[in-house]
Amino acid sequence: MDHTLFLLFIFPLAGFISSLLISPKNEGALSWVAFTSVALQLLMGSYVFWVWLQGGFIPLSESDWALYRIPGYHFTIALYFDRITAVFLSLGTFLTFMVTIYSRYYLHREDGYKRFFNTILFFFLGYTFTALAGNFETLFIGWEMLGISSFLLIAFYRKRYLPVKNAVKVFSVYRMGDVGLLLAMWMSHHLWHDNIAFSKLVDYNWVDNYIQHHSGVSLFVSLMILLAAAVKSAQFPFSSWLPRAMEGPTPSSAIFYGSLSVHMGAFLLMRTSNMWEHQLTVRLSIGLIGAASAVIATGIARVQSAVKSQIAYASIGQIGLIFIEIALGWQTLALLHFVGNACLRTYQLLTSPSVVTYLIREQQYTDMTHHRTVERFLPRKMAYTIYTLCLKEWNLDSYLYRLLWNPLKWAGRKLDFLNFNRAIWGFVVTYSVGLFCLYNQAYLPSYAISRFIPELCALLGLVLTLKAFTERNRASMSWVMVMMSHFWVVLAIAFNEPFDFGQVHYYLSGVVVSGGIGFLCLRWMRQQANSLDLARFHGHSSHYPKTALLFLLCCLGLSGFPISPTFIGEDVIFTHIHTNQLVLTLFVALTFVVNGLAIIRMYARIFLGSADPTYVNY
Amino acid sequence: MNTGVLLFDEQEMLHQLTHYLPSQTPLKDFVHHNTLHAFQHLPFFEGIHQASTVFGYRVFAELDEYRQWYKKGTIDDRILRRIIAEKKGPRQVDDWMQRMKHKTYDTRQTPRIGQFRNLWKEVLKIDLNALVHPILFRVLSNYLDQGIATWSFPVACTGLLEALLELERNSASSLFRTTKVRQLFRSGSYTLTQLLDELVGNTSYYDRYVFDQQFAHPGWSGMVAAIAQQPETLLAKRPVSLHDLIVFELLLELDALEFQTKGKWAPLAPLYQGKSLGLFDPMEVTELDEVYRLWQDAFEWSYYDQVLAALKVTSHGPEAASQSPQFQTPPQFQALFCIDDRECSIRRHVEQCHPHAETFGTPGFFGVPFYYLPKGSQAYTKLAPGPVQPRHLIKERSTSERRIKLQKDVHFNKHSHNFHSGWIWSQTVGFWSAVRLVDNIIRPSMAPMASSSLNHMDPTAELIIENEHPDDMENGLRVGFTVSEMANCVANVLLSIGLTYRFAPLVYVIGHGASSINNPHYAAYDCGACCGRAGSVNARVFSYMANKPEVRALLAQKGIYIPAETQFIGGLHDTTRDDMVFFDEGLLNVENRKSHDSYVATFTRALDLNAKERSRKFESINTKKSPERVHRAVRKRSVSLFEPRPELNHATNALTVIGGRYLTRDLFLDRRSFLNSYDYRIDPEGTLLLAILRAATPVCGGINLEYYFSRVDNDKLGASSKLPHNVMGLIGVANGADGDLRPGLPSQMIEVHDPIRMFFVVEQVPEIVLQAIKSDKNVYEWYRNEWVHLVALEPRTHRFYVFSEDAFVPYEPIGQAVATAPDLLTLFEQHRDALPVMLLQNKH
Repeated sequence: MDHTLFLLFIFPLAGFISSLLISPKNEGALSWVAFTSVALQLLMGSYVFWVWLQGGFIPLSESDWALYRIPGYHFTIALYFDRITAVFLSLGTFLTFMVTIYSRYYLHREDGYKRFFNTILFFFLGYTFTALAGNFETLFIGWEMLGISSFLLIAFYRKRYLPVKNAVKVFSVYRMGDVGLLLAMWMSHHLWHDNIAFSKLVDYNWVDNYIQHHSGVSLFVSLMILLAAAVKSAQFPFSSWLPRAMEGPTPSSAIFYGSLSVHMGAFLLMRTSNMWEHQLTVRLSIGLIGAASAVIATGIARVQSAVKSQIAYASIGQIGLIFIEIALGWQTLALLHFVGNACLRTYQLLTSPSVVTYLIREQQYTDMTHHRTVERFLPRKMAYTIYTLCLKEWNLDSYLYRLLWNPLKWAGRKLDFLNFNRAIWGFVVTYSVGLFCLYNQAYLPSYAISRFIPELCALLGLVLTLKAFTERNRASMSWVMVMMSHFWVVLAIAFNEPFDFGQVHYYLSGVVVSGGIGFLCLRWMRQQANSLDLARFHGHSSHYPKTALLFLLCCLGLSGFPISPTFIGEDVIFTHIHTNQLVLTLFVALTFVVNGLAIIRMYARIFLGSADPTYVNY
Repeated sequence: MNTGVLLFDEQEMLHQLTHYLPSQTPLKDFVHHNTLHAFQHLPFFEGIHQASTVFGYRVFAELDEYRQWYKKGTIDDRILRRIIAEKKGPRQVDDWMQRMKHKTYDTRQTPRIGQFRNLWKEVLKIDLNALVHPILFRVLSNYLDQGIATWSFPVACTGLLEALLELERNSASSLFRTTKVRQLFRSGSYTLTQLLDELVGNTSYYDRYVFDQQFAHPGWSGMVAAIAQQPETLLAKRPVSLHDLIVFELLLELDALEFQTKGKWAPLAPLYQGKSLGLFDPMEVTELDEVYRLWQDAFEWSYYDQVLAALKVTSHGPEAASQSPQFQTPPQFQALFCIDDRECSIRRHVEQCHPHAETFGTPGFFGVPFYYLPKGSQAYTKLAPGPVQPRHLIKERSTSERRIKLQKDVHFNKHSHNFHSGWIWSQTVGFWSAVRLVDNIIRPSMAPMASSSLNHMDPTAELIIENEHPDDMENGLRVGFTVSEMANCVANVLLSIGLTYRFAPLVYVIGHGASSINNPHYAAYDCGACCGRAGSVNARVFSYMANKPEVRALLAQKGIYIPAETQFIGGLHDTTRDDMVFFDEGLLNVENRKSHDSYVATFTRALDLNAKERSRKFESINTKKSPERVHRAVRKRSVSLFEPRPELNHATNALTVIGGRYLTRDLFLDRRSFLNSYDYRIDPEGTLLLAILRAATPVCGGINLEYYFSRVDNDKLGASSKLPHNVMGLIGVANGADGDLRPGLPSQMIEVHDPIRMFFVVEQVPEIVLQAIKSDKNVYEWYRNEWVHLVALEPRTHRFYVFSEDAFVPYEPIGQAVATAPDLLTLFEQHRDALPVMLLQNKH
């Protein structure tokens, strides 16, 4: 197999990189780069499509490029092009193309013109990665890029508080989906004893054979995939993030939350359907989630008086139906439905400001006195109850928050006795003990090593990261704790299974480098601003954009953003956890998730959310 | 706490609150007004200083901006020195110059508002705003919604609290989280004061608490207050009051506190350690404030002085000398335009394209205030300036059914939002959306979702203008005008603009409107004198009246003789597209019809040139192309979904000239000036002037100050960027899903505006001007408190008199030379920025 599919990365990557190099003042060049790179990608896509067509629609797959290779583990970029890829890639490129033309004039003179196009192109690159992914690792890379670009576009108006708050909120919901995907990846390593390429899953009997023998594991993998899909597609019970994501400029909301990003859950399900279509439980779950979302989202959409929220919920309802179609195995219909829904919602969102003119005129010339809706047939008590529930969005927003983050916050608050010095010294002492034990394992009872020491270390990591997440006073303390939690995770794994220290170094080098630079950024920032508490939003990016960017890169590095050493380290770490170690898995996964949250929260609070760093706003 | 009740006056508090809240009505009735109207009883600098100290608004441009303007020469050094000398004494000039130009100041500030209520957050660590606002905004928006939701508020709307109570009592789910507050609400046994008692606990802090609370979301509170004052602004009636809003919010706060602390909280007042809590306690004027004031004065007078220098030339000019009628041949046609600054340039182009044309400016409702009822409409449309209450109704009588057929766009159909019908929608319409998307981006065109100025009136339909029977009344409005009322209306307009003789055979009466797409602020683009609508109906009605022989007979009795062959013809100028249409052309006589056809060519040429002039500020249009091609691009721009600036509206407005056209005819004013025609010679008492000022002062001043404040503080007094706006209930825009409403102007409308107060120049004897403004205290307040500036141009001596501290004092321009404009077309092609006042060459 040649490298046809790799060609599809040339233009998105080139576009993104060149857009970074252009001066923010040069609007013309920025939009030209975006326009040209997406237009060329359209041509390139047509070429690949033609190749695929020539081959009689047989899926193309390539998996040559190993990013990282050690015995027993290799991290490979694998690509795959079939009908699903064709549809998602072509519609994605088409809509991105339209939106770049649209935004060229729409964003004119807007503060952040460059940032907007950088982020759109980054999104496009991530989208291409996801759509073309031939294995979970590649998919995860794209998936995370979509997550970060989402965060950046929701917080596009970074001087204002609400967009930033909502961006953090959406990111934290996304993070749950990431856990799902991470765990699915981990389990499938164990299931297939390899990082499985999607192309191999086409063999029905082969897959079926595996699944028959590992029904528990494969159920787990499938449900984790479903979790990731439901989060990304704002399905029940995660729906409430979608309307709150509509904080950026209208075209970015249209392309992200009206069409492309929000359908990625459906994509994930279709892409992995070979893994779960043999399992009735999974199909039922997908169908039920879809049905619940369709019904509930319709109810909420019907009472929305904000136009973008109305479109958001309407879109969730349709994606619910797409989930049902996928569960039933009607993939062609689901693909058609995706295309129709994506175009419809994009257009509706783009024209949403016109709703005032249109509806006011309609109202002026239509006799509305006899206008009634279907709800009039309901008994009064029922109608009012449903109305109230829909008005409150079934409390989805607050429940999600209370169920998931309040326990984390509660736990973190219990650790308030830890101040900076105690934390540092406590860490140095306990970690030295841990290291000593590691090199002198002979003195420890083997029962302890296999049963609870790894868990204990992971728990300490989790505790630190919880503390980092809830820290209100010192940013640098929070940052250091995130770094320390990584060290504990490594220790936990080191106890768990003897493995190559090269891997540890690879992992920790990522942590130390990005962590160290990030720490210096924070120290410097603190000198500039006197105090750097995390109790409010400082908005330092307005005065220190370069520091903000550098710190953002450090954040990505420290939180294990794909292709950063930390990420590969994390992935390696997971291969060293056994399938029966649920507690350890849970601790490690939670640590990674909360770390990501703590870091993004820190970035948001220090650099975003306020017009003037020292301006107190009530 | 019984004694406390005496101290706290609920009604007074509500009254005060209404006064200070933004007073912008729903989007469809957007009318410009002074954003800080609440402070207009104070002198300008004092008023804005209070507003800034109390509410934290920015009220000046940034210090650096002034310094930049000084460097670029926009602020004139001589003017600056003169102003410092006047205000601080001649010896202080260098000292202040030094401070203004170089001293570093801490420009940050902490507003008073919000500090008290913020204690919840500081002391109890409870963010009430985050807990209460989302549900509060949602309930308000759903209750007031004018038609976005498919399932509208299910309870008969009798008042916010009443409706919520009805909902709550008959629902198994509640808006409140705690049983305690739920029961309290359902029992109905509470008052606003009692709730404050519970939350605050000390009567002397109640006012302060409610102000803090309501100014945490001025957008929604202001909208509620505005609707409470003008309930008719909503097509679907929604009775609402500030009282109900505050009570509901207090209940939600109580609920949140109970829920978060599990009942363990105490009232707020004892937590307060500070001194006085009066929002409006005396405030200190700092050196920085002084610096701002001096810069602002210098910035304004640098422009004003330029204008006066130019007017000095034109008022001495040969044309001014030949004002008496015997020196003049009658013009071939005359045209009445709105005083609007956007008509400033089209008048110039019409006159330049046709040397024997004469134009006039008068507020665009042409002196005929009425409500309008198009055929098939369910509601009246007010076509008069905001403060005027019309007593007449003009109905459309259409024989064709064309009007009723509303053009539909399937994308706005609500069936697309249900999962069942939406399934069909997305599988069918969805693909059509892709086609529409491509089409709209590549080839923008007029669509049903756009707001078109032509949609306002069906030009083929007949209007009932004449009252047929005295008893023909509808809802207290007379249907049509009587002949004597018509004669009065027409006489008033003609007298006020000084058109009482020398009538040309054709007199155009041209209203204006705007077309735009994807623009919730469309009403702000239309004619302000017609309450944010197009002026087409008024133009047509006025022409009908002035053409009516019975009216002319009555006019003749008043001394206005209109020749029989003179005909008035109505028209509409679309200021976004630069298109013009004319109404009832079929009624013209053969002779006039022929001339009209040739004048249409004149107008077409003038419109092309006008489009070219406007395009110099449009980045996306190549100004160097021919006027026709530029005009096509301008038209396309007006219907482009992706164009947030279909036109620049009133941006850069700064000047109002009330006087003869000869003063401004040969000036290039760069579309910055309102122009009201006025003939001082027929108004020795100043009565006509007073009538003009009554309309022009609040309209021009209001527009100007709304632009001023939206420009200097676009975050708090404007609506910020329109790109992320989300339409709420068809009445306002908000950021995101749960943000506050954003009154004021979006950044795209104000970014090129220079924050300068309106400068009125009146051509009349100062004593008469003084007498006129003093006879109306509302008008006088504007001038006395300097929210606008006023200069009288003494018509015989050609001297200027500035109004300052209740008197007119002589003013002499610093003597800068007035540049002569080169060829205008070249000028438009070469300059994108603001241009100075210039004299036009190539006299016809």
